[in-house]
Amino acid sequence: MGMPQGAIEIENLSKEYPYGFLHLKKKKSLEDLTLRVEDGEVFGFLGPNGAGKSTTIKLLMRLIFPTAGTARILGKSIDDVSMHGSIGYLPEQPYFYDYLTAHEVLDYFARFHGLTANDRRARVAAMLKKVGLDTAKKIQLRKYSKGMLQRVGLAQAILHDPQVVVLDEPMSGLDPLGRREVRDIILELKREGRTVLFSTHVLSDAEMLCDRVGVIVGGKLRGIGAPGELVDMKAQGMEILFELSGAAGNLPLLAKAARTGERYRVQLPETELYAALDALKAAGARILSVAQIKPTLEEYFMHLVEADRAQASAVEVSGK
Amino acid sequence: MRNIQTVAANTFREAVRDRVLYNLVFFALLMMGAAILVGQISIGIEQDVIVSLGLTAISVIGIFIAIFLGVALVSKEMDKRTLYALLAKPVKRREFLLGKFFGLVMTLTVNTAAMAAGLYIALWTVKHPLLKSDAYILVAVYLILLKLALIVALALLFSCFTTPFLAILFTAGMYVAGLFAADLRTVHGVDIDPGALRLMRGISYLLPNFQNFDVMGAVVHGRGVPSVIVWQATLYAILYITIVLTGAAVVFSRRNLK
Repeated sequence: MGMPQGAIEIENLSKEYPYGFLHLKKKKSLEDLTLRVEDGEVFGFLGPNGAGKSTTIKLLMRLIFPTAGTARILGKSIDDVSMHGSIGYLPEQPYFYDYLTAHEVLDYFARFHGLTANDRRARVAAMLKKVGLDTAKKIQLRKYSKGMLQRVGLAQAILHDPQVVVLDEPMSGLDPLGRREVRDIILELKREGRTVLFSTHVLSDAEMLCDRVGVIVGGKLRGIGAPGELVDMKAQGMEILFELSGAAGNLPLLAKAARTGERYRVQLPETELYAALDALKAAGARILSVAQIKPTLEEYFMHLVEADRAQASAVEVSGK
Repeated sequence: MRNIQTVAANTFREAVRDRVLYNLVFFALLMMGAAILVGQISIGIEQDVIVSLGLTAISVIGIFIAIFLGVALVSKEMDKRTLYALLAKPVKRREFLLGKFFGLVMTLTVNTAAMAAGLYIALWTVKHPLLKSDAYILVAVYLILLKLALIVALALLFSCFTTPFLAILFTAGMYVAGLFAADLRTVHGVDIDPGALRLMRGISYLLPNFQNFDVMGAVVHGRGVPSVIVWQATLYAILYITIVLTGAAVVFSRRNLK
């Protein structure tokens, strides 16, 4: 027994795209990524659009080929096509043959996994039920909404009981109910002991679902860890929500407040809290809530994005 | 092998559901109708007119399908990204490619067979009974099918490394050039540089020689086609298609999808 194997092991993976006249210039969309996703873990891949999340996932799926570096899934090189029998993949904004029905497209994909006709029928029916397309299974996909296509995509990704599931933006295009269902499916996959890697730019999803997250910005991994570990959870201030009717223009606090109708929301340092509450009381305001402001993954994330932009513009200014 | 079959069957299903073929079969039947009209006004040459018009229609329609659907086989899947989910399954890229090729060849076979049946019906309406020599029309149809398979292979190759528009141009260009491949070999003249002549001859052997598949002249006049010609054309097509598809597989297996 050596070191326990990670479900996904990425080593120094880089991808450059040639562009411009004669493809002489190169754009780095992923730089030297090293990452390990443990067996049974739900790992969230976070980053703004164009950060390199999809690039990484496509590299893992061999849809594109790395400029440098290697990766293994379940201990096998990603060059090994047979490994694809144990992985499931949902592409970003999935699109399937629109002349097929949901049932047909799932049956088609199931054939590549060597299932018998009976197994196929049972698996396909179970999947359609799981993603809530049972009643629409006889309709051609050209009549499907974006959210329904996303469900078909999810169904084909988990059709064959894969050990590792890779989902590229699984929540995109879904309404709140659909997002909830996808979250439930991811949690169910986790309960079943499967490894899930999914990318998202919706941070609340990651905070809710992931054991660990990796933040990627500008093609580089900027942070990795449990959602709680990544951010300093110390309160950064207080937020007061209050209602104030009529004119109370002399209240200096209002200058800092965000207003919706008669409701105001104001953020201030903890040291100023009581003075502010007194002033509000004097002005006849109705306090609705007082809460601590905790930094979220989102702020951490924005901080990284802004740092990256600042760096990029600094490079531009210096003419490099 | 199972994977290739699965992709091929789905490619065939796509063609059927997209109704491209229905329209073309209808078009072919229309051509046959025209042939019958022409047959009625010309005296004694009904057979010639119907067979040559019919075979020409079968060939031209087939070429259009082979080029346009052939180029779309892979480029459409890349463009619409239907390929992504598929390639994440335990499927090799070359299996996908071969499945696509055989799927379209299957489509063309069915389509061509339907048109050939139409041709025989048209022929039967102007002169019955049919003669034994009329069976040679089938030989001509078979050779047209070989030609179409070769065009599909070329379209597939070009679509693996260039845009659909250019792939259509290249495939059509190769077809036209291939029609004159044999003529290039026999070019001679006093004022042609011998170096250029050698180059031309070299190119002529690399080009797919589409004249190998043309026996219309003989068949229209009810003459037979020697079996050696059929065998040669068959072997030539298999060899050329194998080389072209191998090239396509090499290019495609390294291609970065968008």
